[in-house]
Amino acid sequence: MNSRKLLNPWTLFGAAVLLAAGVLDNDYYLTLINFIGIHTLLVVGLNLLMGYGGQISLGHAAFFGLGSYTSAILTATYGINPWLALIAGLVVCGVTAFLIGVPALKLRGYYLAMATLGFGIIIYIVFTEAQTWTGGPSGLAGIPNLSVFGFKLDTPKRLYLLIWPVLGVILAISANLVDSRTGRALRALHEGENAAQSLGVDTSRLKLLIFIWSALYASLAGSFYAHTLNFIAPASFGFMFSIKLVTMVVLGGMASIWGSLLGAAVLTVLPEMLTVFHDYEVIIFGAILMVVMIFLPRGLVRGIMDLWAFRRYKKEGKIIA
Amino acid sequence: MELAPLLQYLISGLTNGAIYALIALGFVIIYHATTIINFAQGEMVMLGALCAISIYHLYPSLPLAFLGGVVLVTVVGIVFERLALRPVKDPSPITLIIITVGGAVFIKGVAMLLWGKEAYNLPSFSGDAPFHMGTATILPQNLWVLGLTAVVLLGMEAFFRFTLVGKAMRACAYNPRAARLVGISLSRMVQLSFALSAALGAGAGILIAPLTLGVYDMGTMLGLKGFCAAILGGLGSSFGGVLGGLILGVAESLATGLISSGYRDAVAFFILLLVLFIRPQGLFKGDS
Repeated sequence: MNSRKLLNPWTLFGAAVLLAAGVLDNDYYLTLINFIGIHTLLVVGLNLLMGYGGQISLGHAAFFGLGSYTSAILTATYGINPWLALIAGLVVCGVTAFLIGVPALKLRGYYLAMATLGFGIIIYIVFTEAQTWTGGPSGLAGIPNLSVFGFKLDTPKRLYLLIWPVLGVILAISANLVDSRTGRALRALHEGENAAQSLGVDTSRLKLLIFIWSALYASLAGSFYAHTLNFIAPASFGFMFSIKLVTMVVLGGMASIWGSLLGAAVLTVLPEMLTVFHDYEVIIFGAILMVVMIFLPRGLVRGIMDLWAFRRYKKEGKIIA
Repeated sequence: MELAPLLQYLISGLTNGAIYALIALGFVIIYHATTIINFAQGEMVMLGALCAISIYHLYPSLPLAFLGGVVLVTVVGIVFERLALRPVKDPSPITLIIITVGGAVFIKGVAMLLWGKEAYNLPSFSGDAPFHMGTATILPQNLWVLGLTAVVLLGMEAFFRFTLVGKAMRACAYNPRAARLVGISLSRMVQLSFALSAALGAGAGILIAPLTLGVYDMGTMLGLKGFCAAILGGLGSSFGGVLGGLILGVAESLATGLISSGYRDAVAFFILLLVLFIRPQGLFKGDS
């Protein structure tokens, strides 16, 4: 957070969240906005991994699902306090990410992508097959609401007042992380693994760290998701959802905290509003991924910003092209 | 334990394994030429099966369906390389992964539009009258899969060893810059590698279609298992990929029979993670 001016993105974000809390009273819109919040949590984590770490997870839905199911099973079946269950979910996801990350990240390039893709599919199969725990394909119902100091978060409005401030904190933590020593090391890693190593960056450790970090975000989002819907089923945590998350990152822009919010918002709202989008969702995601990455490899918003800056520099004669 | 079911598992395992081997070989060929892992490889398998089925419905001749399917998908492979990969200015792994994953999702979506969500049948190449070997039954299609896979593999090996083009492709894999210096057109070789691997994928899809039906979402799983086989064999070695495919197929079939059928698809990924963990260079490569 480098800007100390009053009119910076953070104060704007805070003001917008407060304003929406005051103005909005429509449950449908509030629920939609809550989903944007949950998706943003996921996308920010994935973006740290993709945009800053230069790695990709094609099974991020699995961490989302693990967090969700841990929360759901512990609270609905065993009656454990939802907040404790949420922490348990974080532990489960962190340990799992560690176990997957250690072998996959030792190798370069494609291995983490394939390992996470495979992992996502295994976890999906487990959700469907382990019926005694997860309820199988028909899902798990009766997940209680979260409550804060005995105050039950059982309406979209109340959930909104939990999800969005938490998201604000997470965004701030992420922005700080990116601006920290770790963040600079991450960017060095993205530019070139050998170069980063030669500067003394322990690249495998760093990659592992950011992978676990992004899994934790996903777990948190998963727990919120479970307590928002009070019902979960494996279908929400499949391969296509992982692809949807990658598309949100690509659309919002790699290595962009605010872009994550934008990508998540656009791809959460559009399928709700446009039936065309809903029907051709798979094709549209595929097309977005290909076209954006071919022409603007830093993502849509970043890419357009870059092009714009390039034009301005050219006009001012700073670049001879 | 009795021997009879084991033999049955072995046969179905080898059949699936041969299919995985063909797909693995597709990965290996592209990886050789470009060091790209083409995540859309599995969709070529699906397209092959569905195209052949459609052609067969138009004109019921199996050889024509087979050929037509392979040719159509080869064209798709070439077009994919030309439109989606050649224009890439920044060929970092993450960019290429996202593009090929996007391509896979796109192709799958289009297939869903064209063919819908139902599964289609392709008749077996020479009837369904089973042979009996001891207590195990063998379908003629099992033999077709194994036989044709063997022929294709030998053909590929001969192509890479004895033809000028094959040697040129290998040269590109060893050292692209040196290959270019001796006058090999790198972009032609890359295109050829995509064509070849698409054709292999399509062939695999058409061979397996009579046994498993053809459906729009069959590709992701097959592609992943093919990749798993390629890793198992040490990415980059075609012989290893074939052996990896066979091992994977048999392991999967044994696990299905002896443990539980629900977790069948998880076996491949369990093996994949295990290999990445213990021997990332593959089973058949020396320590490097």
